[in-house]
Amino acid sequence: MGQDVFVVVEYLRREVSDISYVMLAAARQLAQGCGGNVVAVLLGQNAKELTGSLSADRVLYCDHPSLADFNPDAYRAVIMNLVKEQSPRAVLFGHTTIGTDVAGLISEGLSLPLVSSCLTLGADGKFISQICGGKIMVEGELPAPSALITVVPGGYKSEEGKASKPPEVTALAAPALENLRLALKKYIEPDAGDVDISKASLLIAVGRGIQNKDNLDLVNELAAATGGTVCASRPVVDQGWLPTTRLVGKSGKRVKPKIYLALGISGAPEHVEAIGESDVIIAVNTDLNAPIFNVAKFGTTLDLLEVVPQLTEKVRQIQAS
Amino acid sequence: MKIAVPIKFVPDLVEELTIDSSGAALDTSWLRLIINEFDDHAIEQAILLKERNGGEVTILAAEAEGLDDILFTAAAKGADRLIKFTGDFGGGLNSHAAARMLVDTMRELQPDLILTGVQAHNDLDGSVGPLLAELLGMPYLGYVAGVTCPGDQVITRKEYPGGIIAEVEVRLPAVLGIQAAEQPPRYIAYTKIRQVMSTAKIEERPVVDPGSTAGVTVSRMFKPEAGQRATILEGSVEEVTDKLVAVFRDHGAF
Ligand SMILES: Cc1cc2nc3c(=O)[nH]c(=O)nc-3n(C[C@H](O)[C@H](O)[C@H](O)COP(=O)(O)OP(=O)(O)OC[C@H]3O[C@@H](n4cnc5c(N)ncnc54)[C@H](O)[C@@H]3O)c2cc1C
Ligand SMILES: Nc1ncnc2c1ncn2[C@@H]1O[C@H](COP(=O)(O)O)[C@@H](O)[C@H]1O
Repeated sequence: MGQDVFVVVEYLRREVSDISYVMLAAARQLAQGCGGNVVAVLLGQNAKELTGSLSADRVLYCDHPSLADFNPDAYRAVIMNLVKEQSPRAVLFGHTTIGTDVAGLISEGLSLPLVSSCLTLGADGKFISQICGGKIMVEGELPAPSALITVVPGGYKSEEGKASKPPEVTALAAPALENLRLALKKYIEPDAGDVDISKASLLIAVGRGIQNKDNLDLVNELAAATGGTVCASRPVVDQGWLPTTRLVGKSGKRVKPKIYLALGISGAPEHVEAIGESDVIIAVNTDLNAPIFNVAKFGTTLDLLEVVPQLTEKVRQIQAS
Repeated sequence: MKIAVPIKFVPDLVEELTIDSSGAALDTSWLRLIINEFDDHAIEQAILLKERNGGEVTILAAEAEGLDDILFTAAAKGADRLIKFTGDFGGGLNSHAAARMLVDTMRELQPDLILTGVQAHNDLDGSVGPLLAELLGMPYLGYVAGVTCPGDQVITRKEYPGGIIAEVEVRLPAVLGIQAAEQPPRYIAYTKIRQVMSTAKIEERPVVDPGSTAGVTVSRMFKPEAGQRATILEGSVEEVTDKLVAVFRDHGAF
């Protein structure tokens, strides 16, 4: 069994995703412990230039037309082959729309254990995962001799996985990639007609704590009074109360306002990963144990339905005077 | 078209979670369990597909408190078959074990489409969808928000960060991890569910060996350290909103 730690690099639209750097940083920890190398694995077509900033001892680059866009079938075939051949100590995937589509297939395909939602990896082979919407942390020993891992953001800064000097790149031959059962037809762009929440400086964010669509009026009034922009967590958007363009989080937008006012949002990891660059986060949430209070600078446990109308009223008074 | 929807019960995160005396598991004695919210979307998506294209929808789940109500609710929405796995699932099922529990029944049902929730918040060994897909030799696609069904393949909408959607064609039979249905899960009046209870049948299937290990052993569970806790603004609504206005002002909101 090898001691190398593999990282399956993710990118979208020819831009390496932050999670790739986070994984490289985690892999470095583990590799230092087991004395192996950090090996970045990049799959693509004409994508070699994406390797330049990867902090890895080596890059394996597989170039093939079927890898031009993410395809779980094609990724499965290439990575399964590689892992079978080289038996690395661990293979890191993002706990993302790409990584989680593939890691499970390979886990069953090669009978390898899988650790998901991993936040940090130690040189001692310990992992810490984050579950239950960020409310519970789990510590365990990384299964030996070989394990698959899906990594969530938050444990490392992406800078830790970036290098100033391009790593050595080796070509990796693609296995037969015919007869794939999935095919990308096209990308559909987000509706550009709406406001761009990633550019707003005051965001009034609303979560499931708002309870129903009618209560959104209160939030809209606060936004109107403050000149802020309304955005939301996933459940609010999935209910159809606000358009997808207003979604903040893993599947929505990353935001960096001066003020992020989170109303009735629990602070699940998939939400919080996208608000970290806000200057100040203020949380209104009746549950003092809600994880949002771990990232907020200020907070109140009062009912948002009481706080919001009063706040609107006060802001209006100030604006009038 | 035959569609199978396996569903999972997960701890309700609105409740306080506590760790048991072993220090390595959640205390289940007071735990309130609810259906994984993505499974509600998977059920909705299955019903929508059936309404448009005909077919049969089967819901499958491991026995849990409150499960029968959820199964009857699904039947009231239009599900045709309800399958409950019975056995000792005291310690909960890891995803590898759940996939194995489901695989034989899936082989027998021969669904064209298996819709799982994209993930549950409490799994530690990956999601059942891709595990099951590999066991069945089917393709898998996750983060799916919308499925249309033109024939021996489906057209799916897969979500990428930033609101980008990829339209992906998937050959059937296949497993899809549902993030969101095309429309919010429908509401069903309790009277309708009551009606269904008298006619719908829940098929029970005993699971002899729920297969415990997934190769991942937990040594410790703990709550995240309250690293940088927020300063909690105390007082009445009046006082708190005054303080909020001050914070807004300090940070240049007006
Ligand atoms: C693959 C995947 C991708 C995801 N992508 C995203 C994403 O991009 N963005 C996103 O947001 N989520 C995403 N999620 C969902 C995420 O896991 C959480 O489920 C979601 O963020 C929870 O939203 P919430 O905080 O609004 O709701 P909840 O978690 O239900 O929290 C509601 C909060 O409101 C509080 N509350 C209730 N009533 C009141 C009141 N009257 N006053 C004040 N507070 C009140 C409660 O205490 C609670 O903390 C994703 C999940 C998955 C699996
Ligand atoms: N024990 C289970 N019984 C039936 N379905 C399950 C079970 N565990 C997981 N699933 C399915 O897999 C999805 C993802 O959950 P998980 O695998 O826990 O991430 C769930 O939404 C269900 O559709």
